[in-house]
Amino acid sequence: MKAATIARAGVATRRRRWAGAAWMCRGPRPAIGIGLLVLLLVGAGGAPWLAPHDPMQSDLRLRLRPSSAEYPLGTDWIGRCVLSRLLHGIRLTLALGLLTVAGGAAVGVALGLVAGYYGGPLEMVIMRTTDLLLAFPYFLLTIVFVAVLGPSLVNATIAIAMWTVPQYIRLVRSVVLATKSREFVEAARALGRPEPALLLRHIFPACVPTLIVQSAVFSAQNMLMGASLSFLGLGAQPPSPELGAMLGAGRAYLRVAPQVVAVPAVGIFLAVVAFNFLGDALRDRLDPGLSHGA
Amino acid sequence: MSGLAGYVLKRLLAMVLLLFGVTFVVFFMMYLAPGDVTAMLAANAPSAQQVVALRHEFGLDLPLPAQYGRFLARAVRGDLGDSWVDRRPVMPQVLDAVAYTLRLAAAALFLSIVVGLVGGIGAAVRRGSVTDETVLTATLVGISVPVFVTGLLLIYAFAFRLRWFPTSGAGSWRHLVLPAVTLASFLVAYDVRMVRACMLEVLRQDYVRTARAKGLREAVVVGRHALRNALVPVVTVVGVQVGLLIGGSVITETVFAYPGVGQLVVSAIAARDTPLVQGCVLVTASGFILVNLLVDVSYVLIDPRIRLS
Repeated sequence: MKAATIARAGVATRRRRWAGAAWMCRGPRPAIGIGLLVLLLVGAGGAPWLAPHDPMQSDLRLRLRPSSAEYPLGTDWIGRCVLSRLLHGIRLTLALGLLTVAGGAAVGVALGLVAGYYGGPLEMVIMRTTDLLLAFPYFLLTIVFVAVLGPSLVNATIAIAMWTVPQYIRLVRSVVLATKSREFVEAARALGRPEPALLLRHIFPACVPTLIVQSAVFSAQNMLMGASLSFLGLGAQPPSPELGAMLGAGRAYLRVAPQVVAVPAVGIFLAVVAFNFLGDALRDRLDPGLSHGA
Repeated sequence: MSGLAGYVLKRLLAMVLLLFGVTFVVFFMMYLAPGDVTAMLAANAPSAQQVVALRHEFGLDLPLPAQYGRFLARAVRGDLGDSWVDRRPVMPQVLDAVAYTLRLAAAALFLSIVVGLVGGIGAAVRRGSVTDETVLTATLVGISVPVFVTGLLLIYAFAFRLRWFPTSGAGSWRHLVLPAVTLASFLVAYDVRMVRACMLEVLRQDYVRTARAKGLREAVVVGRHALRNALVPVVTVVGVQVGLLIGGSVITETVFAYPGVGQLVVSAIAARDTPLVQGCVLVTASGFILVNLLVDVSYVLIDPRIRLS
């Protein structure tokens, strides 16, 4: 009896300790995500005031300097302040992530709602186009688009936003299809609610949790893509403090001044990881049906 | 089996139509691009007559639909025209580059699948444990690292500091190691998550409970009974990954100056070499579509429950 109690207590403690450890691992992820996001927003929003120097101001006498009191993260190959460029670069990266997601969502959600709710030939046209776009290797599509319009940050942003649209369409349509025959929608219809009200007041709210979760994930993915395009020279062009472009131009100095490469690399990583952690945390809270990893 | 043959035939037909659409879009997009081609050609041909002669040589003096017709007529015979920059035929250049890219992609795919299986199964059988959470956190961190950052990090550590591998180029297996690890690290996070999700799904099935109830060891239950069914959806991962692989290899090849299609297309875009860009896109898109078809077919062959539609 006594032994059993002790054994049981032992098992319980062990289980509690493991649960605690698992919580420790799960716990910090949302917190880290939100903490990072706040930090990035402060850095990006306050860049003009926080940056110690003009991000474009070069001084050829101060090339590739290590960190100092005046230049906390050193200087790049034409003597520009790396910290100032980082802060302005984060601004550009976050702006690209948010703009592409906002643009993609505005068009994609509308088309997805229409396709899912009304069906018919309209749905067929929308979904066939969506499937075609998603069947194509996206990176190639974006590259060709940018190649045609000419490489610039604006064109890269447009190309990425365009690629975000079909992803929102598919997402929203699937939720609409699952929702439109649910009882509460039938009830609202029986009460004589007009169609647009059904769609906007009853069906659309069902999409919101998934939309919030996926928007965080899409932001992360789009920021990564924007930085990649700039790195390849197909996005932001050299004098711009865009992080991918900084890396692309700075990698020639990797051996002599690694900070020139490391600083923008860490900047991109932190921005992307913040949104990925956030998306993961939101999925656990808002969308328990989607187990993570699926 | 005749059903399968018919299915493949139908898909191949759809593939031809899709490729036709791709050529159409790429061709007209490239010609709508701002900036005159003549200016680009003029760099190679100083006099006005020479420019006119070059325009004629490349067929640029024809109306656009006629140009497209000429392009198609040649493309079906495997001739994708000549580069505007060095006037060499596009097709052999692209195929050379494809051979390099395939080698890189195969190495990366192999690495990422092996690591993905180990990580995914390890996480799934210990669901909710510290191992599981660590693996999940690692995958989230993994998908947040840009490919070019991984590449530059590896170059710094293993080429500059340790001097184990060359920084760039191709030729020996030593040239392949760093690019392959870079590309694999980009894919591995997706693999782990996919394998884990599939494995969790299978571990919930009744037959797994039966196997456990029979008193089989957990290793046998997981390795013999669950794994084989969990692998079926993993095949689709390969299909999904080809899209990622193409994007990732463009960046990886640029970082390591590896002479594959990715690097070729980026340099062709920079040089505004329209025929070469078209050639790269067309060949890559064909490969992509073909692999997806193979994946769908093998899916049917592996799992007889799946019906063709």
